[in-house]
Parts: sequence; C-alpha cells; structure tokens
Amino acid sequence: MAIVNEVVICGGTGCMSGNSKAVRDAFLKELEVLGIQDEVEVYMSGCFGLCEKGPVCVIFPDMTFYAHMKPEDVKEICEEHLLKGRVVKRKAYAELNEDKVMEIKKFQEMNFYKKQHRIALRNCGMIDPYNIKEAIANDAYFALHKALTEMTPDEVINVVKDSGLRGRGGAGFSTGLKWSLAAVHRNEGKQMYIICNADEGDPGAFMDRAVLEGDPHAVIEAMAIGGYAIGASQGYVYVRAEYPLAVERLNYAIGEAYKNGLLGKNIFGTNFSFDLEARLGAGAFVCGEETALLASIEGERGMPRNKPPFPANDGLWHKPTIINNVETYANIPQIILNGADWFKSIGTEKSKGTKVFALGGKINNTGLLEVPMGTTLREVIYGVGGGIPKGKAFKAVQTGGPSGGCLTAKHLDTPIDYDNLTALGSMMGSGGMIVMDEDNCMIDVARFFLEFTVDESCGKCTPCREGTKRMLEILNKITGGNGTLEDIDELETLAHTIKDSALCGLGQTAPNPVLSTLTNFRDEYIAHVVDKKCPAGVCKALIKYYITDKCIGCGKCKRNCPVSAISGNIKEKHIIDTGACIKCGACKASCPKDAIITA
Amino acid sequence: MAVKFVMKDEQVKELKERIAEHKQKPGPLMPTLHDAQRIFGCIPVQVQKLIAEELGESVAKINGVVTFYSHFSIEPKGQHIIGVCLGTACYVRGSQQILDAISGELKIKAGETTEDGLFTLEATRCIGACGLAPVFTIDGKVYGSANPTVARKALEEYLQK
Repeated sequence: MAIVNEVVICGGTGCMSGNSKAVRDAFLKELEVLGIQDEVEVYMSGCFGLCEKGPVCVIFPDMTFYAHMKPEDVKEICEEHLLKGRVVKRKAYAELNEDKVMEIKKFQEMNFYKKQHRIALRNCGMIDPYNIKEAIANDAYFALHKALTEMTPDEVINVVKDSGLRGRGGAGFSTGLKWSLAAVHRNEGKQMYIICNADEGDPGAFMDRAVLEGDPHAVIEAMAIGGYAIGASQGYVYVRAEYPLAVERLNYAIGEAYKNGLLGKNIFGTNFSFDLEARLGAGAFVCGEETALLASIEGERGMPRNKPPFPANDGLWHKPTIINNVETYANIPQIILNGADWFKSIGTEKSKGTKVFALGGKINNTGLLEVPMGTTLREVIYGVGGGIPKGKAFKAVQTGGPSGGCLTAKHLDTPIDYDNLTALGSMMGSGGMIVMDEDNCMIDVARFFLEFTVDESCGKCTPCREGTKRMLEILNKITGGNGTLEDIDELETLAHTIKDSALCGLGQTAPNPVLSTLTNFRDEYIAHVVDKKCPAGVCKALIKYYITDKCIGCGKCKRNCPVSAISGNIKEKHIIDTGACIKCGACKASCPKDAIITA
Repeated sequence: MAVKFVMKDEQVKELKERIAEHKQKPGPLMPTLHDAQRIFGCIPVQVQKLIAEELGESVAKINGVVTFYSHFSIEPKGQHIIGVCLGTACYVRGSQQILDAISGELKIKAGETTEDGLFTLEATRCIGACGLAPVFTIDGKVYGSANPTVARKALEEYLQK
C-alpha cells in the first residue's frame, strides 16, 4: 500500500529532552492499532527550529504543525487527522492573524518560518538524518559530483571566493580566500588536512549542533568538496563531546557515505580519494580557537599559539590545514550547485547569504532561525521571534556570546551583518542571540560572561589568565554592593589592555561584554556603585523582597520559603522578614498575583 | 574522596584493546582518554599511568592533558549526577537560583560530591534545551521550566529511593 501521510517528529536535542521519542513510539503503536501502519510513515528528523513549541510534530503533505506534543495526544491525532483527515484544532499551531483572531497556520505560513530564508538549515526538520537516500533525494552529493566531474579545484575555489561567503564561526574571514592560501601547497606532495570546527562553545548558540543532527551529509559533502579544492585527502570533524546525539548521527552518516562510495577511494570513479573521521572535544571552550583545536586533535592541552604561521601553511602536524565551521560548510554545496551569482544576490554588500541565529532568553519563540544578512534586529526579535513574553519591555540583545556585546533598543533597526555588528562594539560570533528584558541586570550579565571566560581561559597568556580574573573581581565587587566610581574606570582600562594584548581571540574579545555594557548601560553601573541599587532587581546584595497590597494571603510564598522568613495569616497580607530572607526568589516565583517585588 | 576507586581486570583489558586500535592512527591520546573516562567513569592517576605506559608517553604529559579538559574527571562521581544548565538562555531565566537551591539542600558546591557518594552537582554549559529554560538534569532526565521548588521536590524523590 502506498504511503499517504508522513509524520515527522522533531528529533533535535531540545525536543528530545521534552521526550519526543515517546511521542514517536506512541504514533507507531497507535497506527498499528488502527491498522494504517503501511500508509503512514513515521520518522524523527533534525531540529525544526521552533524549540519553544516543542516537542514538535509536522504531518505531511498537508503541513499541519502540532505543538507541545505529548504521547497522550497521539491517539486523537491518529484517529481524527490521519484516519479522517480532520485537523485536531486543540493541538494545531495557531497565531493571531491580521484581524487579531487566532487562526491555525500551516507550517510554511507561520510567522516564524515565512520570514526565513533557509540555506544552511534547509534540510533540518525535512529529512531523516539516518537515511542517506532522503538526503540524496534533496540534492546531497550532487554538488560534490559536479565539482569532481565538471570543475577543476581552482574553479571550485573561485566560485566560493566569488560567492562572498565569509566564515560563520565568528571572525568572518573570506572562505574562498582561506582555501586559496592552502591551495598553493597542493602540488608540494605534502599530506594536507581539512577540518570542520564543530566545537560550538558559545553558551546559547546551537546552530552547528542542529546542522550536524539534522543534515550531517551537507557537512560531509562540503568537506569532500573542500578537500578536492585545496588538495587534502584527510578530513576531521572536531565535535564537542557534550553533543552526543550530533556525534552519533555524524558518525552514522560518515559510515553511510563510505558504504555508498561517497567517501573513501576514487569517489565517483575519479582519482580523488577522501577520508573523514570525527574527533571529540572534551569540554574546553578555547578549543574553538583554531590553533587550540589543532593542538587538541594532536593530543595536547588545547592551548592556542601565535599566528602567523597560519594553519593554511603550518597546521595539523605542521601540515597545511584548512579549518571552517559547520554552518560555513553547510552553505558550500548550495553555492556549488546554484552558482556564486545566486548566493551573491542574497544579503548585503559585504556580507552575502544568510545567517543562522539561535534566539533565546526572554523571547516568545525560542529557537533556531535563518534569515538573509541585512535583516534588522527588530524583524528577527519581533517578526520571527514573536516579541518579549508577558508584555515586558525589551532591554537589550546580546550577540556573539562571551566575545560579543549588547545591543539596545536604539539599534533595533540596524541591518545585521558582520561589519555593522562590529561597528556597534558587538560581533556576529557564531550567531547566539540572547534577548533580555527589564528584569535582567546588565552588570550581572557582563559578570556572567566574564565568569565564563575566566573559567575557560587556558592560562597561557597573562592578560587573559590574570586580567580577566581581576575584571571579574571588580564586577563581583560592584554587584556585591561595594563598588566605587574608580572601580568603573579601572574596569575600563583593564578591558582595553586585555583587548590589545591577549594572545588569542578568546582573550582579545573577552572584555567585549563589559565594554559594550559600559557604553550602553553606564547609568546602571553608576546606580550600583553610587546609589547602591540594582535597577533590575537582580543583584542580591542590593535588593530586598517586599510583599505589596496585591497579596491575597494564599500562603503559597510562605510554604515555598526555604528559611521560613514569611509570616501571615491565610487571606491576609503576608510579610517578609528581610533579616532572615536569603533572597532566593522562591516566593516571587510562586506568587500567583505578582504581589512580591524587589527594591 | 567520597567514593573509592578500584580498577577491574576486564576494564583494563578493554582499555588496552581500545588503545591498540587508536595507536593505528595519528593523535591517539584524546580518543584514548574518552574511552578511559567511559570505561572507568574517571581517570585517576592509576589509569593515567596505564595510559602513559601503553602510549609510551610520560605520566606528566597525560596528567597535563587530563586536567586541562573539563570532560575528564580525576575523582569518581556520585551515584546520581545533577547538572544545572548555566547556558545563557537558562541563566537569564534564573537557573542560578536553581543551582543555589540544590547546593543549599545538599550542602555541596558545584563540582562536588556529597559525603555519602549519592550526588554529584555540576554546573553545566548549554545542554541545548533552551526552549525549556531554565533546566536541570538528574542522570540525564531533563526537568524543564524549573525553579527552586521544582528542584527541591525532584531531590526529595531521589532521597526517598
């Protein structure tokens, strides 16, 4: 019997932790009960991107998007939708239409998706990552075939160069130019290497994981193309051990590619041979820096070294080596297939193509999205991201993770590209985008990132090892209520010194979160040191919890207080003993009436 | 050290076999350490010595690499591993309070193991469940949209087992 429907359940890490596997199992069971298991194909795909609504399930061909799926919802969907063709309105995704009425929207019509332009993520959520045939049906390995049979290595490099593709890992260096730097060694008879940097360490960025989990063949194909272009016969994917699912799917896909003759000896009957292997990182953020990454593969402590010499001349085991990140690779096959002009037609003058962003924090649609370069922050946050929850005010968006900075409401209409973000004191980075509202303290956020860099500093150079620690101490002093105006000046001087003198990218960019908050939120720093107040009500030493007249005396806060600091009779206003209060916030979180405030 | 470490013969045999495989390829140390961590649950000095011998490296070199990477641990971990996500998305939604609450309940700091060897508390990097932020995990099970109360309740369940 022919397949009538496909049920695609999100198998990305986000939905998997919401137990989407149990949803899949429930579908398989229920279809058998109804006797339609031969007419409906059920499989798990990579990340759909709209993690907020997870676990997500999409029914093809009618593209109904079911949100927040639980195993107990499956029976109804099978009986109603799959058997009788009636959409289960209770679970189907709906959003406000132009007339401000909730309307059920199909997958491709949803605000979150219709404003996106997917190149790197094009297959994520669309195919079964464990099935190479599905990838091939969606053009996988066609570009490799084209490159090997119709193009010379130099032609491949020229197309990539001409497309204007820039590295998606952070610095934004021209990919084609990088390749051409290694390609000069092509005829020297040396072993050369091509590496994929999948050591995605930015807290809050998860696009590389999504690509490896959802469309691993795109990366494998691109690395083979790159190997052909520069003259490398061996590739390594350096992937975080913290991404077990990505590692599993990548290794499976590599195995499938070998089985089908798409890796290994004489690919497509040409004399090009290419081997690929995954190597695991081990929880060191600095290994995302390319020379540190090389040291790690070699079995050393992952510490960076001075550049030059650049890896393109002197890389892995001192051989010419090219390192690109996952998202960069995911663009390559499409560029080879569709040509440089097609890619150039998307984006801004100096930043071509699209960029994937991981949107998180105080935003309605937490998830992964891909938009053309030059899209404004407003479009991303309010258009695709659906705005800030609970009607709170937008305060800032942090881009570029620990290396980036904060952008504020006045930057909302800036088109996002590499150069604009750098000019504003932030950076593209890997594309993490954390939205903050009025309840987030910017000094606390800067402190959070500094804590991260102090923890992850490899210790090789003094500015980063000692300097970031001193910066953190000052920030702790300020958030602890003991800061002075001189501390702010010293913080600024220290930040500039580290920026100028640290050895690698991690150290040079570590002060960015502090510098950009100093530029955009200096008044908040001053409130902390002069008025001894935390305006957002976050820094524990500077706030006290109070119960307002909104209190209905339900007693929830009293029950949840771990130190019994709340007293009051039922149906009467309760009181917090501020001396005993440990400021854990459990009362505020449990209050049904928002009657507990900080001041 | 709260938990005693013993190296079993079959574990040693398995590691030696894996090392023999890894030695066929360049850069065998990192894959070897991953196997050691998986087989023994940690890489204390006894295991480091074994690896050094098998790979013909100094123990100092092995120790240097083991201690550099946070994924490798030198001490055995507790029976249950609690991870509180301190990725940015979770942090701005209040995961620090969850960590503080668990830390207070168990009287250990992040990175430590309880005296009875029951729990190890870890502050983890982004685990990718940003849509459920803030999250914590106990033995891999994800508790989403959490707060200190949810965390205390979850701990109680494990303590009663």
